[in-house]
Amino acid sequence: MTGNEAMAEAAIRAGCRAYFGYPITPQNEILEYMAGHIPAVGGAFIQAESEIAAINMCYGASAAGVRTMTSSSSPGISLKMEGISYLAGADLPCVIINVARGGPGLGNIAPAQGDYFQATKGGGHGDYRMIVLGPATIAEAIELVMLAFDLADKYRVPVMVLSDGMLGQMMEPIMLPEPVDPTLLPAKPWALSGARGRDPNVVTSYFIDPGDLNRINTQRQSRYHQIEENEIRYRETETSDATIIIVAYGAVARIARTVVVMARSQGIKLGLVQPITLWPFPYAPLRALSSQVNTILTVEMSAGQMVEDVRLAVADRAKTPFYGELGGLVPTPKDILREVKRNVS
Amino acid sequence: MATLWTGISMEESFVFAGFGGQGVILTGKLLAQAGADYGLQVTWLPSYGPEMRGGTANCTVILSNEPIGSPVVDNPTALVAMNLPSLDRFEKTVAKAGTILINSSLVARPTERDDVRVLNVPANDIAVSLGNSQAANMVALGAIIKATGIISLELIKSTMVRMLSHKDSANLIAVNQQALEAGYSAL
Amino acid sequence: MSVNMDNMVKVFERPRSLTDAQFSYCPGCHHGLVTRIIAHTIDELGIQDRAVVVTPVGCSVIMYEWFRCDGIQAAHGRACAVATGIKRVNPNLIVFTYQGDGDLAAIGTAESIHAANRGENITVVFINNQIYGMTGGQMAPTTVVGQRTTSCPNGRNAQIAGYPIRFAEVIAQLDAPVYVTRQALYDQKRIMAASRAIKKAFQCQVEGRGYSLVEILTNCPTNWRMSPVEANSHLMNEVIRTFPLGDFVDRD
Repeated sequence: MTGNEAMAEAAIRAGCRAYFGYPITPQNEILEYMAGHIPAVGGAFIQAESEIAAINMCYGASAAGVRTMTSSSSPGISLKMEGISYLAGADLPCVIINVARGGPGLGNIAPAQGDYFQATKGGGHGDYRMIVLGPATIAEAIELVMLAFDLADKYRVPVMVLSDGMLGQMMEPIMLPEPVDPTLLPAKPWALSGARGRDPNVVTSYFIDPGDLNRINTQRQSRYHQIEENEIRYRETETSDATIIIVAYGAVARIARTVVVMARSQGIKLGLVQPITLWPFPYAPLRALSSQVNTILTVEMSAGQMVEDVRLAVADRAKTPFYGELGGLVPTPKDILREVKRNVS
Repeated sequence: MATLWTGISMEESFVFAGFGGQGVILTGKLLAQAGADYGLQVTWLPSYGPEMRGGTANCTVILSNEPIGSPVVDNPTALVAMNLPSLDRFEKTVAKAGTILINSSLVARPTERDDVRVLNVPANDIAVSLGNSQAANMVALGAIIKATGIISLELIKSTMVRMLSHKDSANLIAVNQQALEAGYSAL
Repeated sequence: MSVNMDNMVKVFERPRSLTDAQFSYCPGCHHGLVTRIIAHTIDELGIQDRAVVVTPVGCSVIMYEWFRCDGIQAAHGRACAVATGIKRVNPNLIVFTYQGDGDLAAIGTAESIHAANRGENITVVFINNQIYGMTGGQMAPTTVVGQRTTSCPNGRNAQIAGYPIRFAEVIAQLDAPVYVTRQALYDQKRIMAASRAIKKAFQCQVEGRGYSLVEILTNCPTNWRMSPVEANSHLMNEVIRTFPLGDFVDRD
């Protein structure tokens, strides 16, 4: 099972019963897996006419109360941004997988992390936030897809799993979790189910009166604050005695795990912090570590996007160099070790 | 198995490379699956997209008794080069004391490395002699597992039978079994 | 003088499917008529407790406040995709979209055509008033050649802006739709015919037969800069020359 197929299966096991997508490399295996498997559990599948249509089908299916997912890769995610803003504005849960590739524009189909800003800082219009989860292994991808559905329902927000082409295409042994029975999930009294014996339910992001929109948006922001308080996730490796730390997420984080072993064998006290929630970002743990170490090196497959959050956390308490590969090049363990050594000496 | 840097973990990393259509992606997948069946940690990382369709294809397989961090490898311990462009591209990357298997049916030149073990296996010729030139990849796989000793022939064969059992071709399975055996005994 | 109410028969009342909220349409606008006809249809078919209105971006954006049924607001042009998502996961719901010409036939062309082509079991009510109403009277994909709007002040020039799209005819080319019609509301006879068409389109869905589209030629006195009476004559004498009325698909 490839990473893409594993994420699709995890979604079904999380109780996802509606999937809408559009072909784009390197995420086609999710669409194809869903086409073959979600109807078997009574779920809805449509290969939509566009990513825009797909995300809006999600908007409808989610409003009808069903666990809903779409997936795409970077250029297609750009098209989904309209729908993501509407999902956020109408307080609808939805899971979006981005198997990211090189950009901007058509870019290429190689693994990349150039969509961090788009995912974590907006991308769509308006005052909204989206929970963004960055898996580094297929096992984490499965776990985070399951978590994504729970968080989406709990906070009524869109949640993105920000993967990349490497994780999507590769294989490694996995354990699949027990399936969730969607009929046993908490009820959604706000869903569109027909106004029988109750007042009509309305799903909308439209509030013409500025006072109303201000009130709704303020309530939503307080939900975002709860998410920041409760849901920050990250993984530390060998940080307790570290003098230098790498911060990396996704595919780069797992490559960096190998670099930690390599560096320590050469006497370099290297540690690793892998943010798992990219929003909310683990500012506090990085701030805490920043007074212990000399250097916090951010490594990304981009020109430097997450590094801005790292620098916000660290301020001037430690050096915050950046190393990135662009265009879909994946840094190898040796590449990263070279950057570590450059910053140690 | 090779010892990695510190002795903390033991792992073997393979690059299978060839023309699209030579079956290198499937070959790597089979080795990875066999490794997983054996209880090892494994990763399988393919090249994908346009490369798959007619150009060069390759995949990286890591087998280890420790959790695997990077699926990307700077210096594989074994290279299976099914054609000349693959040898050209990956020859220099192979780790010292590693193994290079050259499909000598299609690659005329010798390797320029003198610090690795070189195996010249006429995989296509052997496959043709078995009646199916498409099985050259299995010949190469049989040879490389013998050379590295990481997985037994029996395990590879049984994994292959399971992976191909959904394709209704007993013939295909028989040919592939013969090819694995022939590659294994070609060394 | 007192009237004995007991002896009187009520022949006209507010549809039960309408809330008490006031429409926000301009005086003389046909939108209000269509909204009322739909509510009456929902009453007649007894589907108020399973109807879902998908509202567009346009003058009817807050339609969900007027219907006493579940409602959802869709992004501009995406109503048919939203309706598809709802209907596919809960086929028991009666899902209809209400969309203007900009929403359905410009920004939402892809979603509108593909929902029809898949034969989604939904009802699409298409308000063709040949202009963008809510944004202040710009050219629509349905604006007739020569018609002045704020974004074609000298009249629509086909050399620059192309010709008005006859969307019902476009949809009628597809294999899946079961009922496609164009109606108008400029006189009592047309209003009755349009009511029957809307009812039929909803019935198609209730019976599980598939996709139906009711295109309705309507006016926009405000942005046409006409009185309601002038607007009606304009529809009757001019607009129907571009947009002929009638059924284009009526499959059994």
